[in-house]
Amino acid sequence: MAELAHSPLYELHRAAGARFVEFAGWEMPLQYTKINQEHLAVRRAAGLFDVSHMGEIELCGPSAFATVQSLTTNDAQRLRNLEAQYSLLCLPTGGVVDDLLVYRLEDERFLLCVNAANTAKDLDWTRRHAYSDTVVRDASRDYALLALQGPKATDIFASLVGEDVRSVPRYGCCTVSIGGTRALCSRSGYTGEDGWELFCPWNDAPAVWNTLLAAGAPAGLVPAGLGARDTLRIEAGLPLYGHELDEHTTPVEAGLGWAVRCSKGAFLGSEVLCRQKQSGVERKLVGLVLTEPGIPRQGYDIMKNGKHIGVVTSGCKSPVLGTGIGLGYVASAEAWVGNTVQVHIRQHLVSANIVARPLVRPDV
Amino acid sequence: MEFPEDLRYSKEHEWVLVEGNVATVGITDYAQEQLGEIVHVELPEVGEKVSKEDAFGVVESVKTVSDVYAPVSGSVIEVNDDLPDNPELINEDPYGDGWMLKIEMSDPDELEELMTAEEYERYVAELKE
Repeated sequence: MAELAHSPLYELHRAAGARFVEFAGWEMPLQYTKINQEHLAVRRAAGLFDVSHMGEIELCGPSAFATVQSLTTNDAQRLRNLEAQYSLLCLPTGGVVDDLLVYRLEDERFLLCVNAANTAKDLDWTRRHAYSDTVVRDASRDYALLALQGPKATDIFASLVGEDVRSVPRYGCCTVSIGGTRALCSRSGYTGEDGWELFCPWNDAPAVWNTLLAAGAPAGLVPAGLGARDTLRIEAGLPLYGHELDEHTTPVEAGLGWAVRCSKGAFLGSEVLCRQKQSGVERKLVGLVLTEPGIPRQGYDIMKNGKHIGVVTSGCKSPVLGTGIGLGYVASAEAWVGNTVQVHIRQHLVSANIVARPLVRPDV
Repeated sequence: MEFPEDLRYSKEHEWVLVEGNVATVGITDYAQEQLGEIVHVELPEVGEKVSKEDAFGVVESVKTVSDVYAPVSGSVIEVNDDLPDNPELINEDPYGDGWMLKIEMSDPDELEELMTAEEYERYVAELKE
């Protein structure tokens, strides 16, 4: 097995007694205490995640904007400098290469924040399709990435970097001084809560991490691992590459049609995706809440009246609801909120309701 | 990590407490630690027959689904009804309140194939290497 990569916070995590998990070639913290406990801390107060494994790709040059427009599904024209946008890289077939956040740093400089498991593939894809005077650079080891998430996140953040950040809108960015360094921050995240994602220089990450934890501890801030990150995003109904998204799934099927902007002109995948937006798709991503004991897991069949109508893509026991919840694709005719279906869990058919996403809303 | 002396152990990390012809079964301290927080448990019905090394139930942690195997053959005469609502009992007290079921053994000779505490501790130590 190849040597696992480590975040600049690895030693701090070890000292904190973290339990680790291998993820996309990285050894990252799964949990520090209990996954449920960390999950609930994020829903009620705040959690701090190390997501330095995520990839960063920088695009610079006179054609950087045109490259972003032709590669991604969302409309980068809507991005002003220091704004971020959720978007996708797609194949000409409409299948998803990756989902990502596009940051516009300057007129001719963009940063793509991509999934760790796809960084090498995305780099290759981006280089192959970039215009000739766009410089594509792997900036993954320049930046550590921390995510401060939860209803108390902005209070904690503002107490450290100034009250101005309260006025930054969702997906807005700012640069701040923190822990003796500068960080690029966006008001974004992957938990369904308010929060911030901080890109800081790789080697400065321990100081930023410790500063945030110390400032937030009185408000209930705790370090949180990838275990809680997954159960939080499932409750929030957010897709994860390899589960809800892959090269055989389109953003329109995944309910991400809002991030596919056909009015901007042609882009990779536009022919298929814009047709799907107009004429519909055969299957759609839905949220599931089980009404009987059991936990839906990736690959379990979804049934209705003895007929196979779909497949579960992610599931867990919801720490907030206390029941099994999941995400899955079902035939469009059955993909309506309120529909009662069954999940085939081992030898049992377990009842579930199709629910709107997010499955759990903030402030519950 | 605990390895109570009075128990027998299977390679699949179940423990057995023998009282007369009845075997009380659960999963070991090592097993619960490996699994992490257990959030769901499925047990057989009282009266069901189980065969040694066949799956009799399931424990799910936040991230994983694991079968639990019968360390001995026989009939299920009692199951721990507290577990479905309180699966964390397995983490908190794997050899006590986290017990899973009681089996009336059909072939007590099968116990000979299980490990002693000392043997199981060595077995776990090798797995960790």
